[in-house]
Amino acid sequence: MVRYLSMMPNPAPSRHPPHVEFGGVSKSYDGRVLAVRDLNLAVRRGEFLSLLGPSGSGKTTILMMLAGFETLTSGAIRIDGRSVHALPPRRRGIGMVFQDYALFPHMTVAKNLSFPLEVRGIDPARQSELVDRALALVRLEGFGGRRPGQLSGGQRQRVAIARALVFEPELVLMDEPLGALDRHLREEMQYEIRRIHRTLGVTIVYVTHDQQEAMVMSDRIAVLRDGMLEQAAPPEALYEEPERSFVARFIGENNRLHGRVAKIRDELCEVRVGDETVTGLRVVECSEGDRVTLSIRPERVEIQPEAGRYTNDFEAHLEQITFVGDHLRLRMETCGREGFIAKIPNVLGQGRVLEGDRIRVGWTPTDCRVLDHGGPREGEGE
Amino acid sequence: MSKAPKLATGDWRPRLRAAGLTLPLLAFVAATFAAPLATMLVRSVHDPVVADALPATLAALEDWDGLSLPGEEAFAAAARELARARDERTLGRVAGRVNRVRSGLRSVVAVTGRRLPDGPAGSWRATLTAIDPAWAEVESWHALRTAGERFTARHYLAALDLRRLPDGSVVRQEADRRIHLRLFARTLWVSLGVTFLCLLLGYPLAHHIAHAPSRRAGALLALVLVPFWTSLLVRTTSWIVLLQGQGVVNDLLVGIGLVPDDGRLALVYNMTGTFIAMTHVLLPFMVLPLYSVMRAIPRSHMNAATSLGASAPQAFARVYWPQTLPGVGAGCLLVFILAIGYYITPALVGGSSGQLISNMVAYHMQTSLNWGLAAALSAIILACVLGLYLLYDRVAGAERASLA
Ligand SMILES: Nc1ncnc2c1ncn2[C@@H]1O[C@H](COP(=O)(O)OP(=O)(O)OP(=O)(O)O)[C@@H](O)[C@H]1O
Ligand SMILES: [Mg+2]
Repeated sequence: MVRYLSMMPNPAPSRHPPHVEFGGVSKSYDGRVLAVRDLNLAVRRGEFLSLLGPSGSGKTTILMMLAGFETLTSGAIRIDGRSVHALPPRRRGIGMVFQDYALFPHMTVAKNLSFPLEVRGIDPARQSELVDRALALVRLEGFGGRRPGQLSGGQRQRVAIARALVFEPELVLMDEPLGALDRHLREEMQYEIRRIHRTLGVTIVYVTHDQQEAMVMSDRIAVLRDGMLEQAAPPEALYEEPERSFVARFIGENNRLHGRVAKIRDELCEVRVGDETVTGLRVVECSEGDRVTLSIRPERVEIQPEAGRYTNDFEAHLEQITFVGDHLRLRMETCGREGFIAKIPNVLGQGRVLEGDRIRVGWTPTDCRVLDHGGPREGEGE
Repeated sequence: MSKAPKLATGDWRPRLRAAGLTLPLLAFVAATFAAPLATMLVRSVHDPVVADALPATLAALEDWDGLSLPGEEAFAAAARELARARDERTLGRVAGRVNRVRSGLRSVVAVTGRRLPDGPAGSWRATLTAIDPAWAEVESWHALRTAGERFTARHYLAALDLRRLPDGSVVRQEADRRIHLRLFARTLWVSLGVTFLCLLLGYPLAHHIAHAPSRRAGALLALVLVPFWTSLLVRTTSWIVLLQGQGVVNDLLVGIGLVPDDGRLALVYNMTGTFIAMTHVLLPFMVLPLYSVMRAIPRSHMNAATSLGASAPQAFARVYWPQTLPGVGAGCLLVFILAIGYYITPALVGGSSGQLISNMVAYHMQTSLNWGLAAALSAIILACVLGLYLLYDRVAGAERASLA
């Protein structure tokens, strides 16, 4: 049995319940396969949380359940500590930005924005005031008279965001809102959304499958895989301290070595990888003989270290050197694994090595995380 | 507005050759559609039969005051030309034409033509009056003069239940002879009713198909289209089987006790039958345009509306319905236009109270052989439909322009 020794301190206990809380939420569309399984996740008030995962990992499903468009198979969703089970979507007070924007094509931008205000019976003077403010927020003053068909992709995007914010919801959901935009516009919109989040202090749950985007924007990222929450942590922690081999693989670049636990020494353990023994930091609880994955960031690997400096000191066969501007990318074979990567700063005189050389590499045990073996998760019948 | 730069037109011959490929179609349309249509329109205002047969008589009537009987000259010409018509075997047609202007004159003209002696016994006036006293009535000569108009508005007047008095003023037909306006009104009413019923039944159906999972949507769409694969005649006659007094529907109603056995509903051979059968036949023409418009509305629109705080009726009225309007317009126009010209179904299941204006057209084409009147009636229908289409195009066109 593998259990997780969380590296993250628990969120500071607070007198207030979390803004949004998923308690053991599962969802099955067809009664057989679970699209979301046993999700436990809390979102703080004012937090920017991203749901990150590959296609089909259940991100949209989670959002739809929170918005009230899909029912839960089991578990409960609580907003401000109260279950929203019986609350229809229109009473949840959630602003939602749809992946396809879902702007109403037969209404002008201003009409789109005033729609949520009209159905709430807000008086017209106040309506136009709020609409103007929302348009200013997304920097679209003067566009109120246009129809969505007369806007560019980025402008439509901003209208969709403005419409989700105009009725001043405390919780805003965004489903891959930047998916259709080109890179330049994406970066600009990422910045805009961050700015709006800071300005208004709303809670945002943001769906994306782009890890770069999630890293840039989020206070915290929840990584999903096959409907299961792998890890929820701030971007830095996710990068530096992945707790699951899937996260290590999904976030940034990682070298992964597979082996069996040979010996446990407090928080460290020795792992048999091929003919070598690698010492790493024990992130998962494991016992001798367990299959595990070791994860080492390429930039933490040192080339030709002083002899005796590292316990993890191995021979390597250098296959390829690639020049990538500010650093060099070395591809080698070590510990019986081809395609092991090391990144070294492009500094003059840095350990002169050539392709085909036999070299030595080393890394500290704390930069080498011992994670689950990375196959299908338990309970899935391996 | 800046002018688009003129593009080099290039070689015109390939384009001419390509255009040539459409010639068979053009010829087909010209021969089977444009020509008959033109003929029909001409026939509604042009009737040379009497004018060709009785030229001298009509000439003699030209300076007639119309108050007293015309002079001997007109009687002589009429006798001569009726005799000639008899010999050329056009007498029957002439009699028929005159009869349409004033009923009862058919036999007068025909009998006179047949019994005419070679020479007058005394005056021609006395001779003709002896054969039939109708010749001594001023109205008969008015009818003859009217029937002799080569270009005439009388078919249109008749189609609108109007007639012209000898002094040229236009008045309404006597009450017991006004049938067309009533039929036009009934046709309009039935068409509107059928259109409304089709919309009422077709809208939810189209909505269901458009948003069903694709497998089921395909099956349902096929079901909507199945009627197109069976003959219209078969479909209509099966309605007779279903709806007649001893039919399936009545048996069912009696069976579940909703209707007493001696009070079976008259569902066919009346207006009810026309309504039911026409609605069924025309339903696909409503469902298809609605379906194609609804398909294009993403589900997220309704989700967006509800997440923005709208109730289901609000979301429908403000977001869904306006987006389906082009389909509603197209479907209604299609059904209405088809209904206004509908013929077979009312003919078979309409009985006498369920007949529409096109059944009257058919009657004049096939039975009374008054093609001029049939043509005038058709032209009026055509004008209504065209007017309606232009109206729709204006409204829908304006809508499109403001959407762009
Ligand atoms: N309406 C539905 N009916 C049946 N299965 C569904 C439905 N919607 C989603 N699924 C299934 O649930 C799983 C999760 O889907 P979901 O849409 O939540 O993924 P996602 O993470 O949003 O993916 P993507 O990044 O591609 O949008 C998938 O296996 C998908 O096939
Ligand atoms: Mg999705």
